[in-house]
Amino acid sequence: MNLFTLFISGMLINNIILSKFIGMCPFMGVSTKMESAVGMGLAVIFVVFCASVLSWGLYYGVLVPLELEYMKLITFILLIAAFVQFVELFIKKNSPSLYKQLGIYLPLITTNCAVLYVALDNITQKYSLIETIVNSIGVPAGFMLMLCIFSTIRERLRGNDVPKAFEGNPIAFIIAAIMAIAFSSLSGLV
Amino acid sequence: MSEKKEKNGLLNRLLIENPVFGLYLGICSSLAITTNINNAIGMGIAVTVVLVLSNILVSAVRNLTPDDIHIPVYIVIIATLVTIVGMVIQAYTPSLYSALGAFIDLIVVNCIILGRAEAFASMNPIGPSIADGVSMGISYTLSILAMSLVRQILGTGILSLSNPFTNAEIFSLRLIPEGFELPFFKEQFGAFITFACLAAAVSAYKNHVENASKKGTK
Repeated sequence: MNLFTLFISGMLINNIILSKFIGMCPFMGVSTKMESAVGMGLAVIFVVFCASVLSWGLYYGVLVPLELEYMKLITFILLIAAFVQFVELFIKKNSPSLYKQLGIYLPLITTNCAVLYVALDNITQKYSLIETIVNSIGVPAGFMLMLCIFSTIRERLRGNDVPKAFEGNPIAFIIAAIMAIAFSSLSGLV
Repeated sequence: MSEKKEKNGLLNRLLIENPVFGLYLGICSSLAITTNINNAIGMGIAVTVVLVLSNILVSAVRNLTPDDIHIPVYIVIIATLVTIVGMVIQAYTPSLYSALGAFIDLIVVNCIILGRAEAFASMNPIGPSIADGVSMGISYTLSILAMSLVRQILGTGILSLSNPFTNAEIFSLRLIPEGFELPFFKEQFGAFITFACLAAAVSAYKNHVENASKKGTK
């Protein structure tokens, strides 16, 4: 598969939020302000990329030779949890200012389905290492793009008169629906 | 009087403390797999089983786990249970397994399960933890069932249920005449709209209850 196509389709066409509904929890939780959306987006790109590449190596380097493929779920989630913890400690020690900005998002990433989903998807689709790398940048980049667009819309929404029952999250889902309609028209791109 | 109060209590528990529409936990799966009621029931049962078992195990080891690493311990417990449940589903109901796809594995990161392990089972004995798991699991199942009912009826016009073990149809009922169904609701955007409307309904009910209790105190 063409690498560029893979990147674009991971980022825009099969956008993980709007077409696969993965990573909805942080999407709804952190998308109220542009700054936090950017912070969360960058953290997710970094963690997804490293965790996917590491779990790809672990799967083909350790689990397949030992015929322990069925352990992939447990291995991957442990790897992700440990990696996030490690990144948190590393940033805390080396760059306190970055830690202040990202600090609250890092623990949240462990339970972000996007990280686990990309790691598992790379294995299910039988991607090679290069394809895994491209896919693990494209998909979280799409996540970040959505998060940023969404947070700007929600910032504008704050002063508006929304029916009382729809205040907060319900109206955000309506916006997500409209964005999903817009993005579904991109499916003819590749 | 007390009977009415109890009934209200149950309704409140189901609606206001609803994990999906009230607390917005576990949204991913509730949006993705609710295209028909078969999937919703299957997913609901799988999540409930994992939730109850993980509550039991977490509650059993709660005094043995060091505080610093409790999250990894819980995650390993949950991942083990999900692997087992996934294998059982794959073995006995292959059609359900292919319909739910990656979302079976993603039960691991379903916030409801880790949330209950952290907030309830890690501090309570086994008995109440089982009860908590069952009640949370049932209200999750009912929520995704409600979503899938709306989406299936509006999207295909047919209400049907089939046996996941044999794929034989149990019943099938056409509610909307052919040509008048709205395929819109089978798509992604339909899922978002359905979710928004149901969540708004729950929040309207919540506002209503709050207003009523305010009037009551005055």
